[in-house]
Amino acid sequence: MSATLLSLRDLSLEFSLFGRRAYVLNRVSLDVPEARHVALVGESGCGKSVTMRAIMGLLRSPPARITGGEILFDGRDLLTMSAPEREALRGVAMSMVFQDPMTSLNPVFSVGDQMGSILKYADRRLGRARSKAERMTRVYEVLRQVRMPDPERIALAYPFMLSGGMRQRVLIAMALLNETRLLIADEPGTALDVTTQAQILKLLQDLVAERHLALLMITHNLGVVRASANYVYVMYAGSVVEHGPTAALFANPRHPYTRALIDCVPKLSGRTTFRGIEGTLPDYAAPPPGCRFAPRCPHATSVCATPPPDLAVGGAHGVSCWLEAEKAA
Amino acid sequence: MADQTLQAPFVAPARLTTGQQNWRRFSSNPTAVIGAAIVVLVVLAAIFAPYLAPYPTHAGEIVNFRARHHPPSLQYWFGTDDVGRDIFSRVLFGYRVSLILAIVVLGIAVPLGTTLGLLAGYFGGWIEIIIMRLTDIALGIPPLVMALAVSSILSPNLINAMLAISILWWTWHTRLIYSITRTLRGQEFVEAARTLGASPFHILFREILPNCVSAISVKVSLDAGFVILIGATLSFLGLGVQPPTPDLGTMVASGANFLPDNWWESILPGFAILFVTLGFNLLGDGLRDLFDVEEVR
Amino acid sequence: MEFLFFLIRRVLWSLLVLVGLSMVIFIIARVVPGDPARMALGPRASQEQVETLRKSMGLDLPIIEQYARFVGGLAHGDLGTSFLTKRSVNADISETFAATLELVITTVLIAFAVGVPLGVAAAHWKDGWADNCVRLFAILGAVTPSFFLALLLQVLAGYVLHVLPTTGRLPPGMAFQPDITGLLLIDSLIKGRLDVLGEALRHLLLPAVALAMATTGQIARITRSSMIDVAKQDYIEASRAFGIPTRVRLFKYMLRPSFVPPLTIMGLEFASLIGNAFVVELVFAWPGMAAYGVRTIMQKDLNAIMGVVMISGLFFVCANLLVDLIVGFVDPRVRIQGAR
Repeated sequence: MSATLLSLRDLSLEFSLFGRRAYVLNRVSLDVPEARHVALVGESGCGKSVTMRAIMGLLRSPPARITGGEILFDGRDLLTMSAPEREALRGVAMSMVFQDPMTSLNPVFSVGDQMGSILKYADRRLGRARSKAERMTRVYEVLRQVRMPDPERIALAYPFMLSGGMRQRVLIAMALLNETRLLIADEPGTALDVTTQAQILKLLQDLVAERHLALLMITHNLGVVRASANYVYVMYAGSVVEHGPTAALFANPRHPYTRALIDCVPKLSGRTTFRGIEGTLPDYAAPPPGCRFAPRCPHATSVCATPPPDLAVGGAHGVSCWLEAEKAA
Repeated sequence: MADQTLQAPFVAPARLTTGQQNWRRFSSNPTAVIGAAIVVLVVLAAIFAPYLAPYPTHAGEIVNFRARHHPPSLQYWFGTDDVGRDIFSRVLFGYRVSLILAIVVLGIAVPLGTTLGLLAGYFGGWIEIIIMRLTDIALGIPPLVMALAVSSILSPNLINAMLAISILWWTWHTRLIYSITRTLRGQEFVEAARTLGASPFHILFREILPNCVSAISVKVSLDAGFVILIGATLSFLGLGVQPPTPDLGTMVASGANFLPDNWWESILPGFAILFVTLGFNLLGDGLRDLFDVEEVR
Repeated sequence: MEFLFFLIRRVLWSLLVLVGLSMVIFIIARVVPGDPARMALGPRASQEQVETLRKSMGLDLPIIEQYARFVGGLAHGDLGTSFLTKRSVNADISETFAATLELVITTVLIAFAVGVPLGVAAAHWKDGWADNCVRLFAILGAVTPSFFLALLLQVLAGYVLHVLPTTGRLPPGMAFQPDITGLLLIDSLIKGRLDVLGEALRHLLLPAVALAMATTGQIARITRSSMIDVAKQDYIEASRAFGIPTRVRLFKYMLRPSFVPPLTIMGLEFASLIGNAFVVELVFAWPGMAAYGVRTIMQKDLNAIMGVVMISGLFFVCANLLVDLIVGFVDPRVRIQGAR
């Protein structure tokens, strides 16, 4: 069993905007072990980006406010650390790969300049002294690791000269410059065409295996999850509704939302019409008490107005639903 | 089956007309309201100058040597100038000149510039090339320098000053309307009108122009202030209105001879210019925030 | 290479603008007035004198030929001959051009050195008191007539507080000829005359500040909005995620991409800057082109006026070319692709 590198325990978070409070995260718990690929899935607006930014410490503190829980990285609670301590981890021990390669690189600086800067400031914080040449050597090395041909030329180039796929690799390379142990990938490859996306995902998988990285992938694409993740967390409206090993979860989805999600994906055989899920996400300022999916759930009963328990289904597969409790009873 | 409604009952909010909504948004912006108040104040002061001025005759040919160079007092609010005329009264009449200048210049520049911009933006082709190249050339000329040159060749008076400024002013409006028209040209409502058989004239003036109104009103408001500024600069140099007609720029210039001791003769008319320009500027900014117009400078 | 083509296109375009300007000013100065010679000499001159002047200035030639001569002269850098002083306009202007140039360059430097940091501060502390102060400053700068500001500064600093001189480039007793570049600040440094440098700076300060106020406000405002737009970009959040320290993020990663709009605005501002320089020079008795320009206007020396207008136009066009060059330096997309 690999050691758990990142652990969220009952994380709750709210946003204050224009005098109203939005209860965006509701007791989210998840674990990311080393050398494993964990996926966090959910529809747009379910809170997965917020979770990711909370882990990285990128949320501005007003308007965001953590109201409970802990974020444990390598045993230490990030929420109790000071801002400089957290900043020291960013880009060094934990890194993020951004979603849109077209907008995530600074257009007026060369790739090498941007990558070199990351190294320079990390070195400064870690008390390491490296010359510029040594830093650039490391830059070329990492560019090779992400399968970029001719790293020296790439380093001299400006972002607008590179294709989308190449830019995405550069972003991944930036995340790997220092001894990153946790990689958070935000919808990797969604801004690219399918072929390139497949290449990027393969690259990420190889890196997990080669470098024992812990990879947390945020996505709404179930196909990608099924093909590559070891473990899945399904998120709805700020709560984790179901989680489990990929194969087990897809074979036997227990939560009505998970089932509906899987059902939505068009398949080559079977049903030929599109199906969606009725209703919309709840108002985060006045969320439903208890299960947040209840208003849209075809099986909801009055007990769903109270918070559902977390139950184990078998092995590492868990679900948070009253229906499951009834079955167990 | 969900037997509890977990959503609040739907209540339709009261509807306000667009005009009322706009007024609300505008009046919640303090600087915009201040700007509007200043403009209204100045316009009223100019219109009713003969009734509001304590010494309306001082706006004309009159000398009163016993009251020369008096500092501001209860009797003469802004003091008197070197021939004994009440400066406050002259400032009020001076606003008339400024406003007439703004109205005439913009009255020429806006229709001309707007029409050229519409034509260039809509028809494209060589019409666009000719109009926009001309505009670009005209924009390459420093306006004050050109106004100075024109004013010198024609004799210095108010009309020629207005002409001198108008010659280049329309270019800004052409450029603005051109860029808006170009953007709108590709939009669906224009295509729809065309398929319905509307004439270009109709499309330009009944479909596209109304969409420009907010940008135009912002620009006109800002421009009014700057036209008054340039006009004051021209008359400061002696190229605008000639004495004894009261004009703010001329007053600053003649009062400057008596700086620093009789500061009020120059400084107070100067503040009067600043006041009216500030009003138009704040009003224009407020309108810009209201209509959320970004492309106007 | 693309950038070179871009620059060449801009240079050609600028030439076209200058040609257009020459036509416009020629029409205004030669065609519109009935008799330029009569205008220059005034109503009391005899008809003979007017005729003599007309012949000597070539005003009896056909209009097209007159224009050809004019443009031909311009191509050689000859701005014509003054009707009144009979000297070449070049000679008259060149004495005063350096003074105006020094004033305008200083103004631009002040506008950027003060305006950009103000804009950065306003963007960083958005909606705070710093932001509101900058906004107030920008508005006041835009609405204050430059001649009025010049007078105010003169009164306050010169007469009330007695801290700074109010006229001229150097104190009356100080004799110094800037014969290398014409710019006092540079020439005095080169020659090692630090006393001259000090006095030149003191005399330069008030006029430059009066001229710079409006432009500084505009630069601050545009820097602010530009920085705010850049701050929203993904790549800035990304730089945060990669652990780039705040100060570096602000001054390197946010400032560089934000820099182009202020530069572009500065190019446009030159038009009003040149005009305002005229009045500011007059107020401070700065021995620049303005005094010459106003004199020629008053005396209706139309040839000289044409020369002044062409020089102003040339100045504006060159300033904008310089802006394009700097933009190319700042933004690699312009440099390499020749466009944004």
